[in-house]
Amino acid sequence: MKNLTHIIKNEWRTLLRGKWVAGYALIFLVLTDSLLRFGGGGAETLLSLSNVMLLFVPLVSMIYGILYIYQSREFVELLLIQPVNRSVLYWGLFLGISTPLMAAFMLGAALPLGWHGILMLDGASSFLVLALGGVLTLIFASLGFVLGLMFYEDRIKGFGFTIVIWLFLAILYDGLVLMLVFAFGQYPLERFVIAVSMLNPIDLARILVMLEFDISALMGYTGAVFSRFFGSATGSLTAAGMLGIWLAVPMWWGLRVFKRKDF
Amino acid sequence: MKQTACIFFTVLIFMTAVSSIEAQITVSQDGEHSSIAEAVSMAMPGDTITVTEGIYREHDIRIKKPLTLVGEGRPVIDGGDNGYIILITADSVTVSGFEIINTGRSYIRDYAAIMIEKASDFVIEDNRLDNVFFGIYLAETNRGVVRNNHVESYDRREASSGNGIHLWNVKNPVIENNRVTGMRDGIYLEFAENARIMGNISNDNNRYGLHYMFSNGGVYYENTFRRNGAGVAVMYSENVDMKNNRFENNWGATSYGLLLKDIRNSTIEGNRFYRNTTAIYSESSSNILIRRNDVELNGWAVNIKSSSARNRFEENNFIENSFDVRTDSPRNNNHFEGNYWSAYEGYDLDRDGIGDVPYRPVSLFSIIIDRQPESLILMRSMFIRLLDTAERIAPVLTPKTLFDEKPKMTRIQ
Repeated sequence: MKNLTHIIKNEWRTLLRGKWVAGYALIFLVLTDSLLRFGGGGAETLLSLSNVMLLFVPLVSMIYGILYIYQSREFVELLLIQPVNRSVLYWGLFLGISTPLMAAFMLGAALPLGWHGILMLDGASSFLVLALGGVLTLIFASLGFVLGLMFYEDRIKGFGFTIVIWLFLAILYDGLVLMLVFAFGQYPLERFVIAVSMLNPIDLARILVMLEFDISALMGYTGAVFSRFFGSATGSLTAAGMLGIWLAVPMWWGLRVFKRKDF
Repeated sequence: MKQTACIFFTVLIFMTAVSSIEAQITVSQDGEHSSIAEAVSMAMPGDTITVTEGIYREHDIRIKKPLTLVGEGRPVIDGGDNGYIILITADSVTVSGFEIINTGRSYIRDYAAIMIEKASDFVIEDNRLDNVFFGIYLAETNRGVVRNNHVESYDRREASSGNGIHLWNVKNPVIENNRVTGMRDGIYLEFAENARIMGNISNDNNRYGLHYMFSNGGVYYENTFRRNGAGVAVMYSENVDMKNNRFENNWGATSYGLLLKDIRNSTIEGNRFYRNTTAIYSESSSNILIRRNDVELNGWAVNIKSSSARNRFEENNFIENSFDVRTDSPRNNNHFEGNYWSAYEGYDLDRDGIGDVPYRPVSLFSIIIDRQPESLILMRSMFIRLLDTAERIAPVLTPKTLFDEKPKMTRIQ
């Protein structure tokens, strides 16, 4: 435990010295503030913010995760020589870099929301968007870690995979779903479409945003499965649960690779 | 001559004496008169009957002459689930300050707490109606005011519940500041001429908050309609003025903030539509001016059928609706101009507050949804956004002539 906190603290100190994270927070601060100033405020701003969040948080987090593994190779290898448990070292490194990133997004977006009074006005919606950004940061930072450890020697390949995975999950995946929906339009597709969307963490976050802001449109759909899924707490709970699984799996996978790796 | 004068004066004195004795009747549970019906039958036209606090188990109280019934300390008239409670068939009757509960229920007769038939100039004011089949029922009346009443019932089935305030074949009614909850239709109008419906709150009714049919020349201002089973329907009428109302949280596949069917030459102005599945639905309606409304966070802001023509949407705020406009035709017979659309992505180089490129409010995704409803789950995804943007730049599937040429850059205050 002492080792863990020590590693985390050390990571934090290095990150703050690098100012990179502060810049990231500043971007969200300026973005949210200008959205609030020039947009309409309230739901309008939160939706724009969630669009940006769904697109960029995964990309930045994943690149940041993989970049860290590549950059601090000597430092990690130095630590590995010390009598420190590997899983403690893994958690220390991972939490040490992902939590500041998460905090940067959440603070950067929350401060303008606070001083424009949206946090008070639309508390639940604001909290949802901020929390989803936080969870996506953790998921994609750990995916970056996994990729970094898997392509430890071949950096180009590692970065390439990062970009391709992001492009696939953020954009192409939904195109494929739409294609499937049109290809098999004759069949009852509701269950299938819900299941498929559950496999993509960005879609999960998007569905949670949609349940918050578009529920009135969703209630216009007459299909029984959708109505039951969207109309009760089932939808939010299932999506949140799946997001939890998405949070656990890459972290655990990263740990497994880290433990077995011959550095 | 002297004799005539003498008789005249005697008669006059007698009359004043009679009216001063009879003008005021008090009904109380332990007093001389303990039944309202009895007091009503012995009263002379123009009398005032004051009913004091207590529970009166009576129904079918028939008022056939001009009277004023006043409740003091809100006396309760309990109909005991039998028939009508108060039936008014005379002009100039006032009923105020009562709590009227438990009417009969029937599939054949419209039992109401207060029924006014073939009468004029009545005032129904400040009553509380609870667990009633129909609340206040106006049939073939003229003028008359229904004000500050509270109607509530608990039957959640559409077929076996009645309307809160029901108007049939009436002229010049004023319906003001009433609250109606849990009825079939909150306020129902059929063949009502020049109705004034103002400041009412009609929430959580099984079917429509306001059901408005065959009623020309009506106005309704500053009413609130929330969470009604099917929202508000205005049908088969002309010259209807709808201003500053609130239509909120009407959810469901067949629920509309405001449903317009066969409406002509009317105005919809300054209303707020918030979180309805469809804010404004229009079928076979024409020459309606829809102006300066706030349409926010609805599923579909406007669903306009091709049978609607020459309607004008001007200076409305369309804010974060899941879909702005839905239509079933590639042609467009209506006019959109100078609205604010939060989804607008254009620019304003000459800085006059008006976007330089037109806004196309029918998105490709809304057409995709119509064809393949399951794709609803892709709402707000990046891929859909890219498709929509591409379609807006070069419309292929969306109506080419449906656009707002002068979209505002900022929200209209």
